[in-house]
Amino acid sequence: MRYLPITPDDRSAMLAKIGAPNVDALFRDVPKSAVVALSAFNLPDTQGELEVERAMSKLAAKNVAAGAAPFFCGAGAYKHHVPSAVDHLIQRSEFLTSYTPYQPEIAQGTLQYLFEFQTQVALLTGMEVANASLYDGSTATAEAVLMAQRITKRGKAILSGGLHPHYAEVVETVAGLFGPVERTPVTPGSAEDIIALIDDQTACVVVQSPDVFGLIRNLRPIAEAAHARGALLIAVVTEIVSLGLLEPPGAQGADIVAAEGQSIGNGLNFGGPYVGLFATREKFLRQMPGRLCGETVDAEGRRGFVLTLSTREQHIRREKATSNICTNSGLCTLAFTIHLSLLGEEGLTRLARLNHAKASALADRLAALPGIEILTGAFFNELTVKLPKAAAPVVEALATKGVIAGVPVSRLLPRGKGCENLLILAATETNTDEDFDALVLALKEAIL
Amino acid sequence: MSMNNQGRPSGSGEAFPASIATISGDRGLDHEEGLIFELGHGATGVDLPDVQISDARLGGARRKDAIGLPGLSEPEVIRHYVRLSRKNYAIDSGLYPLGSCTMKHNPRLNEKIARLPGFGDLHPLAPQSTTQGALQVISQLMNWLTTLTGMPAVAMSPKAGAHGELCGLLAIRAAIAARGETRPRILVPESAHGTNPATAAFAGFTVDEVPAKPNGRVDAEALKAKLGPDVAAIMLTNPNTCGLFEGEIVDIAKAVHEAGAYFYCDGANFNAIAGKVRPGDLGIDAMHINLHKTFSTPHGGGGPGSGPVVLSERLAAYAPIPLLVAGENGLRLIEDAADAPYGAKPFGRMCAFHGQMGMFTRALTYMLSHGRDGVRQASEDAVLSANYILASLKDVMSAPFGDGPCMHEALFDDSFLEGTGVTTLDFAKAMIDEGYHPMTMYFPLVVHGAMLIEPTESESKYSLDRFIHVLHTLATEARAKQTARFAGAPHLAPRRRLDETAAARKPVLRWRPNPLKAAAE
Repeated sequence: MRYLPITPDDRSAMLAKIGAPNVDALFRDVPKSAVVALSAFNLPDTQGELEVERAMSKLAAKNVAAGAAPFFCGAGAYKHHVPSAVDHLIQRSEFLTSYTPYQPEIAQGTLQYLFEFQTQVALLTGMEVANASLYDGSTATAEAVLMAQRITKRGKAILSGGLHPHYAEVVETVAGLFGPVERTPVTPGSAEDIIALIDDQTACVVVQSPDVFGLIRNLRPIAEAAHARGALLIAVVTEIVSLGLLEPPGAQGADIVAAEGQSIGNGLNFGGPYVGLFATREKFLRQMPGRLCGETVDAEGRRGFVLTLSTREQHIRREKATSNICTNSGLCTLAFTIHLSLLGEEGLTRLARLNHAKASALADRLAALPGIEILTGAFFNELTVKLPKAAAPVVEALATKGVIAGVPVSRLLPRGKGCENLLILAATETNTDEDFDALVLALKEAIL
Repeated sequence: MSMNNQGRPSGSGEAFPASIATISGDRGLDHEEGLIFELGHGATGVDLPDVQISDARLGGARRKDAIGLPGLSEPEVIRHYVRLSRKNYAIDSGLYPLGSCTMKHNPRLNEKIARLPGFGDLHPLAPQSTTQGALQVISQLMNWLTTLTGMPAVAMSPKAGAHGELCGLLAIRAAIAARGETRPRILVPESAHGTNPATAAFAGFTVDEVPAKPNGRVDAEALKAKLGPDVAAIMLTNPNTCGLFEGEIVDIAKAVHEAGAYFYCDGANFNAIAGKVRPGDLGIDAMHINLHKTFSTPHGGGGPGSGPVVLSERLAAYAPIPLLVAGENGLRLIEDAADAPYGAKPFGRMCAFHGQMGMFTRALTYMLSHGRDGVRQASEDAVLSANYILASLKDVMSAPFGDGPCMHEALFDDSFLEGTGVTTLDFAKAMIDEGYHPMTMYFPLVVHGAMLIEPTESESKYSLDRFIHVLHTLATEARAKQTARFAGAPHLAPRRRLDETAAARKPVLRWRPNPLKAAAE
């Protein structure tokens, strides 16, 4: 087997050194009845690289890649162009095959980029501090709610109906153990009155902007109302490129920002791995979940970086830890920070404007179609439209014509009242005029 | 003076002092590298059109202030990260003996497959008719995981080991609630990974520690004595964190079930027994599998991981959404609890979308490459290599449970260093100067000054022999109180020991512009 360097002769020599007659003698603590024969596993035997590549490629070919069709899906995962340098760099052995940087003397590469990443996330979100990332946007949101429950010593979380429904379900699953989680009704294309629901038991209000329907929300009045009641505002961002153009949540009074960073540096990957961004105010630092990288000096006084404040974490604090998390999204974090370094201020702001311009062009093209109503007035690169018939079958019909038209709201909210005809479409820098032509043509036929 | 084979002088003449200051501050291949923020100068590494847009559809939310990101061209960015990468130790450059972490070889075919557009460029909410190949990958991987573990079901969405633990405990919580019971307590051995008690607390349980026996196994009698109607589950790692198989596991499982509780197994060490022992045969109800350990998806400097959880018949119904079902038109994801098939009672959702697909493609590629025979051989070689290290070092290092064989990792304590002035930390840091990553230190907590060595199946005998020679010599020197190599080590790494206390006391967690410099500009 090409990955196993020990030869049969080596095995004999090693067993002799150990003083064991055979390898099974090393498994002597395992109850005899629990060791099974190879034939007990109805699975294939070893195969060469060529055969495996052929089999896996066959499976890959059964899927329609986003780049292979006019493509308009968003709703929490976005197709962007990732510069070639990003994937080349993250495949360097020293990044790809290293462990968590617990030995800082020989992990300064990972630690320095985490420090740079934390700075980038803090700048982008307008917050004071950011951690070294969590699994993804949805779990970051749940961690934010748990953190708010700890800080306020209150249980109740109020979730905006514009929060991505998967995110809301994750919050309910995890934070629901520690207090009631209330979701406001869904109001596609408009903002619900969430302020009226904040009371003295409220730990936090969770509002996504742009929301799952693409609508840009004004967080400022919500932050003020929450703070007046001693509650925190958690701002959620699923399309992080939007912050190249829009006012960051930190400037609007958010206490915690939980975001999905996939859009920068990371491919769609059918939903994961992605990278959860998590930022907050300095005063809440010690209640933060996840790894943190900090600056320090070595024994010769040279600048260096270490993982720090680990007394919050599971490997030190065990059941008293702020979270059970034992991971950051390492390599996805690296992809994010490299892509953002390539973009820089000019690149990110241009990319964001370009995305908005593309979505505006899409909105204009769709608005010209009879029977289609645009629900989202203020948007970044994503909007929700109402079709004259159910959206899911329309999307399936368009898929057979080679157009991936977007995400039907019913996929996210199968029982959502009045949602059946709604379709969420995103446009990014990757979309061309030909994509718009193909969409409009196919949509016209499907809804007539 | 000696000559090399090109006839040039090869001796250095006078020794170049290690302490010499170079003009550049760089030292040969080791470059000092500033922060990206210090290097930026208004360039850009991407070419994008400068599109102007109106505010009409921005809802008055346009950003007012600059972000403050540095600007660099592509060659500058590439050089920055290449220079950073060279300051990292990696499996590809040397033996990485971190116990409990399983730093095995990461085959590059797996990387190639994960990047095929049909996988890497596939949207999670694309119409399911256009994602059948991806769903087949998940389905095949589920079949491998359930077959290798002998368990009937698996939840695929957990994003890492600790996330899998949470998933397992939430399934247990749901199963107990369905019985109309409340059981607030979880039993965790003191040798457990820190994630176990942290997860139990995270899932709303209280934690009760079970002591270890002098032979490194959990005290089964103490454990049984703690069982009662308020115990929801035990969380046991097997093979355990001392690198030993819990031989009484079947008996423990029986007692746990008789008390109405569930058996959660931390599957972090499944790589010792995969293809040889099926956890389902041992009475386990739930176990996460770290795809980034046993099935070799890259550790990536700390993530991303993936932690599917196999579930017994008693827990299968409570698996979280999404669920994968086979139907007339192929495979289909059930993404809403209300659409779950008859009998299924999902406890909720662990994450947006469907889990770590990028890890699934890599893990399945690994499995197809190895096959069942290769998986079994990998487990056997991992155990053989650990025992070879144990047998070769136990004369100079102290093995607390040294009489019998270990599983895939060899545990030593610091009693061989007693009276030498050398600590476990010093010993480990001296390994850095010798070109090795240290072993896991001070874990598990049940032995003093623990050193946990996991060589994995990926090292040749030559590599193991060289490693053993270095550790043997280090231990011999330490015992002889020749401490020069240890005091203040490492000396030859890109950095000397870092002041972690200062870092924690006054945290600096981000770069900030120098206020004086900014004012002068």
